Amino acid sequence: MTQPSSSSSSPQHPIYHLTMARIMEFLRQPDAVFWSYFFPVLMVLALGLAFNKRQEPPVLVDIVDSQLHEKLNEALKANPRIQLKDASIEQATLRLRTGRTDLLIEKATEGSGHVYVFDPLRPESVSARSLVDDSLQRSAGRKDAVEVSDRSTSDAGGRYVDFLVPGILGMNIMGGGLWGVGFAVVQMRIRKVLKRLVATPMKKSHFLWSLLASRLVFQIPGVVIILGFAWLTFGVAAQGSMMAALVVVLLGALTFSGIGMLVACRANSIEMVSGLMNLVMLPMWLFSGIFFSTDRFPDAMQPIVQILPLTPLISALRAITLEGAGLFEPAQLMRIAILATWSLISFAVALKWFRWT
Amino acid sequence: MNHDQDETDLYQQKPAIVCRDLRKSYPGKPVVEAVRGLNLQVNRGECFGLLGPNGAGKTTTIEIIEGLLQPSSGDVEVLGRSWTRDGEAIRQRIGVTLQETQLSDKLTVRETLDLFRSFYRTGITVDVAMKSVSLDEKKDARISQLSGGQKQRLAVATALVGDPELLFLDEPTTGLDPTSRRQLWEILRAIRDRGKTILLTTHYMDEAERLCDRVAIVDHGQVIALGTPRELIASVGGDHIVEFSVVAEQHSRADAFRLLALADVTSVRDEVDRWSLNSKMAHHTIPALLSYLEAENLALAGLTTRQASLEDVFVKLTGRNLKEEQTA
Ligand SMILES: Nc1ncnc2c1ncn2[C@@H]1O[C@H](COP(=O)(O)OP(=O)(O)O)[C@@H](O)[C@H]1O
Ligand SMILES: [Mg+2]
Repeated sequence: MTQPSSSSSSPQHPIYHLTMARIMEFLRQPDAVFWSYFFPVLMVLALGLAFNKRQEPPVLVDIVDSQLHEKLNEALKANPRIQLKDASIEQATLRLRTGRTDLLIEKATEGSGHVYVFDPLRPESVSARSLVDDSLQRSAGRKDAVEVSDRSTSDAGGRYVDFLVPGILGMNIMGGGLWGVGFAVVQMRIRKVLKRLVATPMKKSHFLWSLLASRLVFQIPGVVIILGFAWLTFGVAAQGSMMAALVVVLLGALTFSGIGMLVACRANSIEMVSGLMNLVMLPMWLFSGIFFSTDRFPDAMQPIVQILPLTPLISALRAITLEGAGLFEPAQLMRIAILATWSLISFAVALKWFRWT
Repeated sequence: MNHDQDETDLYQQKPAIVCRDLRKSYPGKPVVEAVRGLNLQVNRGECFGLLGPNGAGKTTTIEIIEGLLQPSSGDVEVLGRSWTRDGEAIRQRIGVTLQETQLSDKLTVRETLDLFRSFYRTGITVDVAMKSVSLDEKKDARISQLSGGQKQRLAVATALVGDPELLFLDEPTTGLDPTSRRQLWEILRAIRDRGKTILLTTHYMDEAERLCDRVAIVDHGQVIALGTPRELIASVGGDHIVEFSVVAEQHSRADAFRLLALADVTSVRDEVDRWSLNSKMAHHTIPALLSYLEAENLALAGLTTRQASLEDVFVKLTGRNLKEEQTA
């Protein structure tokens, strides 16, 4: 339905129109919409599947005596993870040394027993020895002295994919803020739109606020899509409150929009802003714990790792989704403070340094 | 906010634009002196043109007046106000189109104008703005779907939505086809007829002649001539230009002093492949010219006569050609 031409709406606040303009520009670029929301989903899917192996890895055992093989085969049938293989002693030794088999079994030189040859420094090898021995002893009639039962940590909440999703979300917020804001600004500078705008009475701060506002609006579907997808495919669910997560997401979006603005505040070519953007993102890709815990970095690096804005964002999201943390625990407040400091500084510096013409 | 009536009247009495000894140099290996001591006064209600070749300093000048560039030295007053003290008040009262703005392709005409309208305290409705540049048919079209002429009209509309007292246009018809140019001229005339002041730059002498009440010819960052198009053309010394050529090997046998002595000729230029005479009365000059050629036994190869134009003014003042400068 087209509006009657006489119905000229009286103008709204400039921030409204500036924000709507950004939103319309984005929505009318279907490929941009698709990639900015589809890419993180693809990443969750690929990594989630890769590290979400349903069956445990097989235990590879080489046996250097065929008689012994038959005897053990009977006893070990009960455990399908154990895979026996005949091999010459030379072959088997080489395979064990190069990690292609986990355990070597040979006949004992005296008596009717046998010998386990294994590498005590290799976890698979150690566990293969105890698994095989345990199975043999049980089939020979050993009884457990203490009654125990197992509970698997592959239940929802403790898997790699549960750890990964907040990381991907953080990465999405960083990329969206930097590319979304930085690119838009440089493009407007190249096309002289910024110059045209400062020739009007538009307040410069209104323009910058609208960049932030539109970024927050774009980020919400991003969160919903990533979390919704992770929930539907892998059953990833947050332990803590979704409201708390949303607050952190929006603060993160604000911070990275500010940093995007800072990166783009003087750049006047796409090449220049792309280079700067990659330079800014690289340390966070490496050190902010998107794919693994930042605890793995040496203590000496921790101050740098923890001060990067993506680190507190991802840590805060993980604390909420994995541990059910709220926003007001000291550790969380510290993270929020780091993010808020980054956003204030970058926004203030960008506003001061911003080149309009 | 609360403008005192007397104060408003005071501003109204001041010229729309005053520039005094404006200078602008860009740092570089050789420092570029884009504007070198430019003086200008644009009166209320007139359409004023800065005419000059590419690189003359027109864009630099107009952008200094628009408050987009800082002059290296000199004073600018716009609508009786200075940029340093009353920037916001000036911006509320002017409308600007830049030489090269590519408004966002993805937005529609209406959305673009709604956006610009929201920056001004007072102004006309978006519908009126669209109508005044004949874009009401295209109001829901995306900018990417507009022709060059339509885009330029939209740029003018974005400058009109705040109902400015003073409108700036930098090369408004460069790159447009003849029909679109004429259509834009009509629109600009209508704006001037509503009492607005217009400052435009152009390197088209026909545009300056047809559209502008007064023209300043700018070259190397200075005003080298100023007046109404009529006055400027009259200053060349003749309303008519008579151009003739003789067969090439005889060209140098024609004598400039003898030509100058012909009836009603006010000046003579040797254009290498032809001669160009300024004449007060072409119908006196041509018969005299023909008898001269006959007497000297020179074979006429070509003869044209036309009205003098601002182009001839530029040629007379600089010894160069406006059009040649553009291709160079
Ligand atoms: N940003 C700039 N840096 C250096 N030189 C410039 C810059 N802008 C313009 N110039 C130079 O200043 C001179 C005047 O340019 P301009 O005002 O754009 O002329 P016009 O609009 O009349 O074509 C030209 O020689 C141009 O190369
Ligand atoms: Mg120019």
